[in-house]
Amino acid sequence: MVEIPSGSAGAIPSAEVEDVELYHPKSWWTKYVFSQDAKIIAVQYSVTAISIGLVALVLSWLMRLQLAFPGYFAFIDADHYYQFITMHGMIMVIYLLTALFLGGFGNYLIPLMVGARDMVFPYANMLSYWIYLLAVLILAAGFFAPGGPTGAGWTLYPPQAVLSGTPGGKDWGILLMLTSLIVFIIGFTMGGLNYVVTVLQGRARGMTLMRMPLTVWGIFTATVMALLAFPALFVACVMMLFDRLLGTSFFMPAIVEMGEQLQHGGGSPILFQHLFWFFGHPEVYIVALPAFGIVSDLISTHARKNIFGYRMMVWAIVIIGALSFIVWAHHMYVSGMNPAFGFFFATTTLIIAIPTAIKVYNWVLTLWRGDIHLTLPMLFALAFIVTFVNGGLTGLFLGNVVVDVPLSDTMFVVAHFHMVMGVAPILVIFGAIYHWYPKVTGRMLNETLGQIHFWTTFLGTYAIFFPMHYLGLLGVPRRYFEMGETAFVPPSAHTLNIFITVMALIVGAAQMVFLFNLVWSLFRGREAGGNPWRATTLEWQTPQTPPAHGNWGKELPVVYRWAYDYSVPGAAEDFIPQTVPASGGVTREVPA
Amino acid sequence: MAQTIGTHGEPDLRPAGLRGVAADFSSDQRAFKTASWGKAMMWIFLLSDTFVFGCFLIAYMTARMSTPVAWPNPSEVFALHIGGQDVPLILIAIMTFVLISSSGTMAMAVNFGYRRERHRTAMLMLLTALLGACFVGMQAFEWTKLITEGVRPWENPWGAAQFGSTFFMITGFHGTHVTIGVIFLLIVARKVWRGDFDQERRGFFTSRRGRYEAVEIMGLYWHFVDLVWVFIFAFFYLW
Repeated sequence: MVEIPSGSAGAIPSAEVEDVELYHPKSWWTKYVFSQDAKIIAVQYSVTAISIGLVALVLSWLMRLQLAFPGYFAFIDADHYYQFITMHGMIMVIYLLTALFLGGFGNYLIPLMVGARDMVFPYANMLSYWIYLLAVLILAAGFFAPGGPTGAGWTLYPPQAVLSGTPGGKDWGILLMLTSLIVFIIGFTMGGLNYVVTVLQGRARGMTLMRMPLTVWGIFTATVMALLAFPALFVACVMMLFDRLLGTSFFMPAIVEMGEQLQHGGGSPILFQHLFWFFGHPEVYIVALPAFGIVSDLISTHARKNIFGYRMMVWAIVIIGALSFIVWAHHMYVSGMNPAFGFFFATTTLIIAIPTAIKVYNWVLTLWRGDIHLTLPMLFALAFIVTFVNGGLTGLFLGNVVVDVPLSDTMFVVAHFHMVMGVAPILVIFGAIYHWYPKVTGRMLNETLGQIHFWTTFLGTYAIFFPMHYLGLLGVPRRYFEMGETAFVPPSAHTLNIFITVMALIVGAAQMVFLFNLVWSLFRGREAGGNPWRATTLEWQTPQTPPAHGNWGKELPVVYRWAYDYSVPGAAEDFIPQTVPASGGVTREVPA
Repeated sequence: MAQTIGTHGEPDLRPAGLRGVAADFSSDQRAFKTASWGKAMMWIFLLSDTFVFGCFLIAYMTARMSTPVAWPNPSEVFALHIGGQDVPLILIAIMTFVLISSSGTMAMAVNFGYRRERHRTAMLMLLTALLGACFVGMQAFEWTKLITEGVRPWENPWGAAQFGSTFFMITGFHGTHVTIGVIFLLIVARKVWRGDFDQERRGFFTSRRGRYEAVEIMGLYWHFVDLVWVFIFAFFYLW
């Protein structure tokens, strides 16, 4: 690492962008409810996402209870089981993870981290939240509609999704699901345009792209991907809605249902799968990239060391984002395709492992000889690395056609994606909440409760998902309501299922501790001060904590250095905030 | 738009060549130096919308190529019976001409907007809206004609059922875009006529100052809708 005397990188350019005219709320309603302040909107997004996420958590309990004790709970029949599976998956992936990372963390952190007063279009930003809330309500309405929510699986594959054999197929369930997704996409687009334009056009003086914290890079890239991937889901939803309501045959082949020839004919179910996964695979990285970015900042801050290979990390994020658009058919190996396509998609899938591995190495090298503080955010970050590596390695199995085909639709797949895009990003979310809660509320979260939460969640999720690999290798299929008598599955698999269920209940209970901590610390938590983690990035340098409307007081911040000046030799403290002028000090920033 | 100018008489440290391009793009405050927030947002929105139309058109092509039943012949289906003979594609030709012309009037409106000739700007925007409304009207006529001939989203008298489904879905989605464009053209034209952009009057919802740039952003959307039509025209009517 070259140490360059700062100042040689050139003076800070003069202001190009006029200071933004903020909307000033006139009443309690426009200040706290219909607020145009990105920080309030972020909290609204987060609370809504976590609330609907709790519903999905309860659904997973119910599924696990059925798997461990089949036939014991009379109210869980096969239809309900499929409804639980479907709603659990859809809520977790879209309404919790996507909304929380982009709508929650994106809204809170982007303006603060790039030194803006607010998002560039606060009004559209507000609409984004209320449309998202509407989408959540439409989705939740499925539970109360005649016939219940759809039970088509979160992938909603036609033709079964719109036939009477599937719960909700001929009732309200599938209609509400598709409508909710369409509404969500419209709402997300409004927010997403804000995040992208704020990062591109709304930064502070001195905040070059290559000085942005990796959190912003991760959220920014994920948002760009979402704006390009959600259209495919939008189109697929519209077309399936027409198939179901107007009797068109986009996805419906000639088909006999309950002994009756339907009017459909000539449609292509495979077309839906292509559209869905053209969205679905980038969606995995829409969830993963913000996690990558946030965890980089957590590790750097709590190891008191600059992130290793910052530029490589940025490019890895961008390359992962780009590659993720040409791998989607690896979800469709068993749907049947030309072997040449299988070869292509397997190759691109494995190539993604390269930038991803670079990121993992760089996290580990950041930790190497760092001044590691085992704070709660750091614990969650470390847990993320371990879990993510585990889930990523099984991804290599599933990316190969010949290995995937026997493993497809077994519990191995369930174990893989829960590890890599379920648990791993959730761990980052927890770490991030422990990290930024002091900025949002001005108080620290309780450490003891946090330790209980961390160890139960980390070890518990391993106990849940690690045995599932083994179940999958035995051939236990996913999505089965009950196993029944199966020759190739030994009875011990059932014992394992009971163990997994007990662990799932315990991990779920630990989340109640976390929720209690969130509320309790709001009133009783230790006062945090402006910069409790002694971090360099801009959000910790605000004049008030929590930051006031407009974030920065009279003057916008000016950025003189990158986000990772930790433990710089010769500096008085082990961190130098981005706002500290270069004169006299030194930096570890890599020259442009 | 203000440009970046070194104000302190320091030597220019910016690198030359490709590295200079990269340095400019990744420099502080703005990646696109001449684009305002609104313009950048519209461009990115249009990129996203391109993917929506792209998915629709690819889905249509897939349906058309994979359906086991023959596709209706567009030259016959979209012909009008004029003066005792069938004229193929005549209505579409007129519709396309009208829509492309409206792009011309829109471009002129943008030009006059930046010259701050508000009445001419507003008149040209109204003309654009009128042409857009004509287009939607002709589309309604075309839909009516096809519906009276028995075309439905789920069936038609001539062949593959997907013809009607994709036709109504894609032209309907495009027509909705045009209609939304017409509505916003009228709203912006009213603001221009009233002089909102000369007085920098604040927006009712956003409380942002009104600027003539709104005309150009409106124009970006309008040209996009026209461009999409060219693709729909080519893939639907000429294939």
